[in-house]
Amino acid sequence: MAYAMQQLINGVSLGMIYGLIAVGYTMVYGIIGMINFAHGDVFMIGAFLSLIAVLLLSMGGLMDGPAGILLVLLFSVAITGVYGWAIERIAYRPLRGSFRLAPLISAIGLSIVLQNFVQVSQGARVKPMETLVQGGIEVMREDGFVVQLAYTQILIIGVTLAVLAIFTVLVTRTPLGRAMRACEQDRKMASLLGIDTDRTISLTFVIGAALAAVAGTMYLLRYGVIDFYIGFLAGVKAFTAAVLGGIGSLPGAVLGGLLIGLIETFWSAYFSVQYKDVAAFSILVLTLVFLPTGLLGRQEVEKV
Amino acid sequence: MSAAAPDRTAVRPVRPGPPILEVQGLTMRFGGLTAVSKVSFAAGSGQITALIGPNGAGKTTLFNCVTGFYRPSDGIIRLHKPGVPPTELQRLPGHRIARAGVARTFQNIRLFPGMTALENLLIAQHGPLMAATGWGIGAVLGLSRYPAAERLAIERAKRWLTATNLMERADDPAGALPYGQQRRLEIARAMCTEPALLCLDEPAAGLNPRESDELARLLLDIREEGTSILLIEHDMGVVMRISDRVVVLDHGVLIADGTPAEVRGNAKVIAAYLGEDEEEVAAP
Repeated sequence: MAYAMQQLINGVSLGMIYGLIAVGYTMVYGIIGMINFAHGDVFMIGAFLSLIAVLLLSMGGLMDGPAGILLVLLFSVAITGVYGWAIERIAYRPLRGSFRLAPLISAIGLSIVLQNFVQVSQGARVKPMETLVQGGIEVMREDGFVVQLAYTQILIIGVTLAVLAIFTVLVTRTPLGRAMRACEQDRKMASLLGIDTDRTISLTFVIGAALAAVAGTMYLLRYGVIDFYIGFLAGVKAFTAAVLGGIGSLPGAVLGGLLIGLIETFWSAYFSVQYKDVAAFSILVLTLVFLPTGLLGRQEVEKV
Repeated sequence: MSAAAPDRTAVRPVRPGPPILEVQGLTMRFGGLTAVSKVSFAAGSGQITALIGPNGAGKTTLFNCVTGFYRPSDGIIRLHKPGVPPTELQRLPGHRIARAGVARTFQNIRLFPGMTALENLLIAQHGPLMAATGWGIGAVLGLSRYPAAERLAIERAKRWLTATNLMERADDPAGALPYGQQRRLEIARAMCTEPALLCLDEPAAGLNPRESDELARLLLDIREEGTSILLIEHDMGVVMRISDRVVVLDHGVLIADGTPAEVRGNAKVIAAYLGEDEEEVAAP
């Protein structure tokens, strides 16, 4: 019981990170109908920028308490946002009128470029970081097994929920969110009503990248070990989460992320750690075969 | 022809002043096909100008050029909005045309079906709202300038919901409204961009006679408020009743341009609509 409880906590905090990345996938898919295959690497870039910020702040002696973490977060979000903008400009916009697969290929190319750029500039070795936030709360104790809710997990869950709340308000209540939804439904018409669709698409990439940066920072704080390759696996799992939740659906992305996080954690806990990725990707296959629109996927609205 | 036109056909005095829209030598080619060939006409300021012609005459193509949906192969489309220098529309990207003061509706309705009627109208006021929010950041932080701008936008949206008699459907998804209401909502949305020129592509298509009457009244009201209208319409009853000016296209070429009464008597127009057997048809 206690063991399951611990897995639940671990699964939720891991799932939150997947959910944040998945939101970026699903947003970009919603607005341009394509998967951003460089998105996983945006997450990796976000994690690296957080590490750089931590080191810079530690050097300046400013890395203490919540204020330090907030600074790290802002630094990473701001610069990763620029990466998101650049990806759209380089890999997507010039190919917008082109055939459908062309931007996917250029995005995969960009993904390789980003990985190699980080590998060359930061080194290929795994980067460990000393734990910034230690300890946790003892939730329950059973037969000597202590269920712990680490402070980093509280941080992950709290920050993720806050970010998603802000994001939800942005999409449902603000003109920018309305413009994003309008572009999603009929881009040409949106442009005829005076919406700058190019800018709206750019901002969508920037927001997606910012969410991935938050995920990157959280990942770094929780696991403390990053390398240039983490974006690939995390990206594909978040993509799985987005598909499971229903690609194009924002609540679906978060739900899918949580489910993938829980499945992966419970699988590692009760079956085998070696096969945890197989479990996650089996979900992708099963979803695509039996539930192509995902759990919360929208029915295609027929355009008249 | 005369049977289609009701009694209210008195010609309204033409208002002086420059035209709102000037089209010169407009040509649109698709590959080897010339859909519109060297068409020149002007739409009067504060007037309702109807664009008519048989199917395939090039009306919608011309419309698409004026509203930025297509980029014309050749020719000039100039908008004379009062108080600002003339704008050459054929050079602008789509969203700039809307901001320059041209709004349109479509033959096949293009509302945002998943958004509510009210949201559809707010989208049309995106430009000013966006400016007030500081690109969305201000709205999240709840800055003071934004609520005021949004209130104004909602007020304008409500005014047009009332004018189009859709107030009680404000919070329903646009896709769930019946056909006639969707048509009216599209006009309301176009009006929320505060256009100088409103372009309507077959607004009366599929409406029943009572709805057509309501539409005619709505268009006359819009004209009274100072917005000029360019209209494609097959319902000759509506065209003859409300238009100040009628422009006739056939096979991509302009064949007549004048008041409804003049155009109705024009032999070429009758031939275009009813075939070559002019003698028989022109007889009263």
